[in-house]
Amino acid sequence: MNPPLLDVRDLSISFETEEGRLDAVIGSSFKLDPGKTLAIVGESGSGKSVTALALTRLLPEPPARFVSGEILWKGADVLKMTPRQLRKIRGGEIAYIFQEPSTSLNPVHTIRSQIAEAIRLHRPEVSDIDAEVVKWLDAVGIVNPAQRMRDYPHQLSGGMQQRAMIAMALSCQPDLLVADEPTTALDVTIQAQILDQLRELRERLGMAVILITHNFAIIRGLCDQVAVMFRGRIVEFGSSEEVLSRPQHPYTRALIDCIPKLGAGHKRLHTIDYAAIERAL
Amino acid sequence: MLSPLTKSRLRKFRSIKRAWWSFWILTIAFVFSLFSEQLVNDHPLLLRYGGHWYFPTLRFYPANAFGGRYKTEADYLAIRGDPAFNAHGGWMLLPPIPHSPLHSYLDLAGAPPHPPSWQHWLGTDSSARDVLARLIYGFRICMTFALSLAAISAVLGIIIGGMQGYFGGRFDLTIQRLIEIWSALPFLYVVILLGSIYGQNFTILLTVMALFEWIALSYYMRGEFYKLREQPYVLAARGLGAGHLRILFKQMLPNAMTPVITLLPFSIVGGISSLTALDFLGFGLQPPTPSWGELMQQGLQNLQAPWIATSSVGALFLTLLLASFVGEGVRDAFDPKFRLRLQ
Repeated sequence: MNPPLLDVRDLSISFETEEGRLDAVIGSSFKLDPGKTLAIVGESGSGKSVTALALTRLLPEPPARFVSGEILWKGADVLKMTPRQLRKIRGGEIAYIFQEPSTSLNPVHTIRSQIAEAIRLHRPEVSDIDAEVVKWLDAVGIVNPAQRMRDYPHQLSGGMQQRAMIAMALSCQPDLLVADEPTTALDVTIQAQILDQLRELRERLGMAVILITHNFAIIRGLCDQVAVMFRGRIVEFGSSEEVLSRPQHPYTRALIDCIPKLGAGHKRLHTIDYAAIERAL
Repeated sequence: MLSPLTKSRLRKFRSIKRAWWSFWILTIAFVFSLFSEQLVNDHPLLLRYGGHWYFPTLRFYPANAFGGRYKTEADYLAIRGDPAFNAHGGWMLLPPIPHSPLHSYLDLAGAPPHPPSWQHWLGTDSSARDVLARLIYGFRICMTFALSLAAISAVLGIIIGGMQGYFGGRFDLTIQRLIEIWSALPFLYVVILLGSIYGQNFTILLTVMALFEWIALSYYMRGEFYKLREQPYVLAARGLGAGHLRILFKQMLPNAMTPVITLLPFSIVGGISSLTALDFLGFGLQPPTPSWGELMQQGLQNLQAPWIATSSVGALFLTLLLASFVGEGVRDAFDPKFRLRLQ
């Protein structure tokens, strides 16, 4: 059997702050096969974004420090790579989409010049860059891409900006797309559109996806595997079917209980009772 | 290609009439001063002699080309009245202000400085040189100096301040301490010292002043880049595999141009005043370079000849005023708070 695309083993990351050491990720391990989708679920501060940024060492070091573990990307340890190798992987093999599309795009450059720069960086063989930009904007469902690409980010709506971000990430044809809460900043109808778009693109391009979210509701049908993070540890890891139907960890159960259900008859939305989780542990 | 924000800033700048007009007056004056040799010169623009055309403001002609005896530069003032020159069909067209800033009119009646006359509109200085010609050539030197100084110190300030803000940490701390040590050096002593070793010329003065001027801008750029490096689009660019240089200059610098542009006109004002002050004190450009500071010094020495002091101080005042108006307008046009109030 082929080695997994991404193999994170016993990864621990801490931040050196003035108040002392803060352990953001503690002994996390997970694997991802080519073309599969993994969801990392957890609340704010549980270490899921830190894990995602660590994959290509985007964390500022210092204050971040890799305490232990290894991140094997196609068998090579990311933590031992030179800056040049890292730059090649960033964008070219692992691409990111971030939470806030309005600030993740540079306000002074047009959409076209931003996507073109990504293409020039990682795919020097492309000669007709404009055609390539149009192709990807079209692929993410932007209407009239040849005209839209001359717009500045502020001329696009939030959903369109996020689509442009996705186009920029995909234009380098990565093997893994890391989507860090890609729909949190968008309203609900646009969320569904963007997630559908992601699902469709993933199937078409056959790339692996890591979806980072705090919302269990969007995982079903999109992800093959789920890792639940709680206070820096992966407390549950398994296929999404299994985790959703038979959650083992009390925190996972609490998170799933938070999903509003139609006709369930709750008077109030569930919140997470941390004392109960700690008792159960 | 201009972004809509830049366009709206330009519109705003244009709508501030005082700044807009000042900008054009200064620009046109500077462009004209670049052609001083053709506009203010005692060499004729055009000269006809012995059936040939000559262009003495553009090229060197020896005196023996026009019937003189030597191979030194022709003395066109002497030639003009020479009957032998007229006999050869000699004819010349003089520039609008037919005076060189370096020629001493020692044959004028009375002792220098001579008061204003039809011939010398602003009189002559204590060496009988035309004050107007010296003012115009001095303007060109002042502006060239101030513009080069602003450009060099902007580049240095952007690069050093930008790198400090972008990399931060120990790099920033080290450079910041070095800057503090450097800026503690007394500027005037360095100018005097280097001037006495290497001679007081334009390049030395420019270099020494640029080495001190960039510091102010670097503080602003450092702060700006500290703020910008936390922007998600910088992380996004890193995530796309962009290197440091690309992020610094392509992603961040266009977003950090506001302090550069708003400080630029004031840095030009500063450059003009500094050069004039150094010249006034005698630590500036070597005489007989036409210079406003030197002219003001002469005005102080010759208070009985008020045309020297008034014209040089007036020219300096007017230039600084116009440049300040431009600076004020640029600042207002780039003021983000104004836009926020509208939104």
